[in-house]
Amino acid sequence: MKKIEAIIRESQFLKVRDALKNLGVKHFTYWDVTGVGKEKQPHVYRGVNYESSAINRRFISLVVSEDLLDAAIEALLDSASTNEVGDGKIFVLPVEKSIRIRTKESGPSSL
Amino acid sequence: MTDALFTANNLWLMICTALVFIMHLGFGFLELGMTRQKNAINIFFKNFFVITMGILVYYLVGFNLMYPGFSDGSPGILDFAGFGLSLPGGESIDYAGGGYTYWTDFLFQAVFAATAATIVSGAVAERVKLEGFMIFSLLYVAIAYPIVGSWQWGGGWLSQLGFHDFAGSTLVHSVGGWAALMFVYFLGPRIGKYQDGRTNAIPGHNLPLAAAGVLILWLGWFGFNGGSVLSAEPNATSLVLVNTCLAASAGAIVAFLVAKISFKSFDLTMLMNGVLGGLVGITAGADQMSVIESIVIGGLSGVIVVYGITLLDTVLKLDDPVGAIAVHLICGIWGTLAVGLFGDLASGSQFIYQAVGVGVIGLFCVITSSIFLLITKYTVGIRAKRDFEIQGLDCTEHAMDAYSDFQTK
Repeated sequence: MKKIEAIIRESQFLKVRDALKNLGVKHFTYWDVTGVGKEKQPHVYRGVNYESSAINRRFISLVVSEDLLDAAIEALLDSASTNEVGDGKIFVLPVEKSIRIRTKESGPSSL
Repeated sequence: MTDALFTANNLWLMICTALVFIMHLGFGFLELGMTRQKNAINIFFKNFFVITMGILVYYLVGFNLMYPGFSDGSPGILDFAGFGLSLPGGESIDYAGGGYTYWTDFLFQAVFAATAATIVSGAVAERVKLEGFMIFSLLYVAIAYPIVGSWQWGGGWLSQLGFHDFAGSTLVHSVGGWAALMFVYFLGPRIGKYQDGRTNAIPGHNLPLAAAGVLILWLGWFGFNGGSVLSAEPNATSLVLVNTCLAASAGAIVAFLVAKISFKSFDLTMLMNGVLGGLVGITAGADQMSVIESIVIGGLSGVIVVYGITLLDTVLKLDDPVGAIAVHLICGIWGTLAVGLFGDLASGSQFIYQAVGVGVIGLFCVITSSIFLLITKYTVGIRAKRDFEIQGLDCTEHAMDAYSDFQTK
């Protein structure tokens, strides 16, 4: 089992969600995050120009079985991309154990 | 004058009183929206204090200081008709020519008085010490505002001179604006506003709510200017409302165009300040102007307010989160002088009367504000503690969150 963490543009979220769904990913978790990076967003407030270094992105987290891993990464790369700077990043981490609370079953079948 | 007409007049003045009262919600929303969420409770606490204290203090001393009934031959500078309210003899149609009752008179004037103090509240937001603000606004509403008012609306020396200020561009808005200017000068900017000679933007946390505040203020102005006719006289009342709305609209359109050309963005806050600038600008002469002149006065207010805000914010380094000084003081001065330039009263001598009124009232307000601020500064203090200001006044002064459990998205 592997955990995939991806930071993506909010605007790509629906495409990413549908791509993962089509792949057979039954559920995943996401939340809105703010980060600091190279991108500066220009703002004007009452005649004063300023740049906000705060970048808004969506963070998604899912755990997949080994046989789904490559397809899931492929789907993410494809659906999250706009080919502009700032499309985000994907991280893959090993997962030691996974348990479904209701049935107490563990392993890939609990995903 | 029939009883029916008296009733209709009085009813209109009571409606106007209610409209001016609801301006306090408008001021509250505007100030809340243009500042940070960590001070939201503090802002409404100040605004509630001003309207409640304002009505009580105006009852106690303000009304009789502002309308002392100067006797013939009096210089019309200072007089006092005693504490509290007392029904004058012959309470009937005869009081104020059938325009309204004594009670309506008091309440209409009381909500006006509180307006002058609430103008200060926006300018000093986010770093003023609550106790200091309370003491200053109490002194200002009790003493400075009614004395200035007595010179004109109370029949004092300015009205004898020929000064004209229909609904209070100077008497209410500039009086509040001068106090705001002096308070901001004594108080200094919010932490982080100016660093190494650079001006930082501190964006407001709820611009839709600020927008609601501006529209509520505009609605309130129907009462502020409409009620200042002091009767429901059909022609005058209707013309005043038309002039008021045209000036507000022209102020908004011109302000957003000026801001777009100068800053390359459609700035909602500048548009809203244009509405308010136009309203303040027309307030002195809403009864004297033709509709075209109202549009010109409102439109020029839109130019003045945008450059006024930028001048104060980036050149003079006077930190005014809501733009109260530019809107109420600078547009108030403009509107008052405009009575000498446009409309039925326009003449060289009228312009001089207007300038004398602006100058003397300005000087009086600067001096009284400074005295009250010094008294406040060396007793309870005027500036919130540094770490209170950084953490936010809500959790430090009030032990409350404005939006506990509330999340966006």
